[in-house]
Amino acid sequence: MSKKKEAKKIIFESEKEMPAVPMSLGSMLYNKTGAWRNIKPVIDLSRCIKCGICWKFCPDASIDIVDDWPQINYVYCKGCGLCAEECPQKCIAMVEEEK
Amino acid sequence: MKKVIMGNHALSYGAMLSRAQVIAAYPITPQTQVVELLSEMCADGTLNAKFIKVESEHSAMAACLGASLAGARTFTATSAQGLALMHEMLHWAAGGRMPVVMGNINRAMAPGWSIWTDQNDSLSERDTGWIQYYCSSNQEVLDTVIQAFKVSEKLMIPSMIVLDAFALSHTYEVVEIPEQEKVDRFLPPFNPPWRLTPDDPHAFGGLTSPDHYMELRYKLQKDMEKVPALVEETGKEYEKLFGRYLGQVEEYFCDDAEVVFVTSGTAGYTARVAVDELRAKGIKAGNLRIKLFRPFPFEKVRAVLSRVPKVAVLDRNISYGHHGIFYQEVKSAMYGQTSSPLIFGFIAGLGGRDITRDSFQEIAEYTLSKNRAEEEIVWIGVKK
Repeated sequence: MSKKKEAKKIIFESEKEMPAVPMSLGSMLYNKTGAWRNIKPVIDLSRCIKCGICWKFCPDASIDIVDDWPQINYVYCKGCGLCAEECPQKCIAMVEEEK
Repeated sequence: MKKVIMGNHALSYGAMLSRAQVIAAYPITPQTQVVELLSEMCADGTLNAKFIKVESEHSAMAACLGASLAGARTFTATSAQGLALMHEMLHWAAGGRMPVVMGNINRAMAPGWSIWTDQNDSLSERDTGWIQYYCSSNQEVLDTVIQAFKVSEKLMIPSMIVLDAFALSHTYEVVEIPEQEKVDRFLPPFNPPWRLTPDDPHAFGGLTSPDHYMELRYKLQKDMEKVPALVEETGKEYEKLFGRYLGQVEEYFCDDAEVVFVTSGTAGYTARVAVDELRAKGIKAGNLRIKLFRPFPFEKVRAVLSRVPKVAVLDRNISYGHHGIFYQEVKSAMYGQTSSPLIFGFIAGLGGRDITRDSFQEIAEYTLSKNRAEEEIVWIGVKK
């Protein structure tokens, strides 16, 4: 999908063309929500105990487990800070984003 | 296999036989045993489902919605204040087209604090877009859970199965527990047309502009209108497999009646006994028990009531400042019909006060002796 096509507002002419449920028509992979972020989580892996709680709690599925370690996907992470709040080791710091 | 079980456990067995995959609930009297038994079934492996403990009914429904959207068959149960706390999430379920099935045990709203039955809790959720079934026996409760999943999942509309506190929830009756293999034949696994999955991530329930919001509501209403025919169809299919028909209404001696009671829930059962007694005395009474309340079974109700002279609607609920809610609905259904009966509205049994055979004698006498009601609401059993 080209960038232009992404930005085009779709207005349906008939209810028959619409899904019955309010849902995004395109894949949310195109919605790079990382740009919304003002603060970002940074994990201190030296103190991480690999409990997976941050992965489980991330509301945007933006933490992957790579070779047993949590890895933040900054393309989609909105910087909500839930992972930092829930981390039992307190090894996730929320750092101001520089733009 | 026949078992003697309480109404609450009829809900649990219904959810078990339907192979619910996720159950999230918060306990509240008189619903507690529903989820108590389900949690035991999850723990001992009888039911292969995730049981999610939550901190409130709002969270219970929220958890159900997430699970349903991810493609799991989902069940919960609640009562009164618990249902009221879910209110916002009930709109999410219907508007988001998530076919959760929920048991609601009718319990009067506080204050004054009550654990006994009346219908104001579920009827306050009338306009949330849920299908509502009102049951009058434990067998009907169990069978309706299985049917409700089938109807809900076909149209992607959630269902509420309503039963009276104590009069049904804690009353033990003989119930035929269907064979799992036959239930599986009736109810295939849930396969939604869309789902929340990381493989093809979509956002659900997002901002909807005035360009499209109204069309979504139109589509929900159009699908709601398909429910009565689908209830008939699935009811007949169920009858073929299990020998019990599940319809929109239950008629009892309506054909030649001079007065027909319109009832719901367990009062609909008592009414049948009252009809027998009245007929023994030579009074031609009948009973129309409304089982499917949302969507309203217009066709069935009109077919029965347009052929009788007098109708007495019994409400175990009240819309303050107006009438009993079934009374409003029946009048609205009969408005503008070429043949329409005289319709009287009675309120009885609020907060768990018993509705007895004598209540129906009083209702029949009032209705038959008058050409119109003398009051907007005729109260039965109030200590005036």
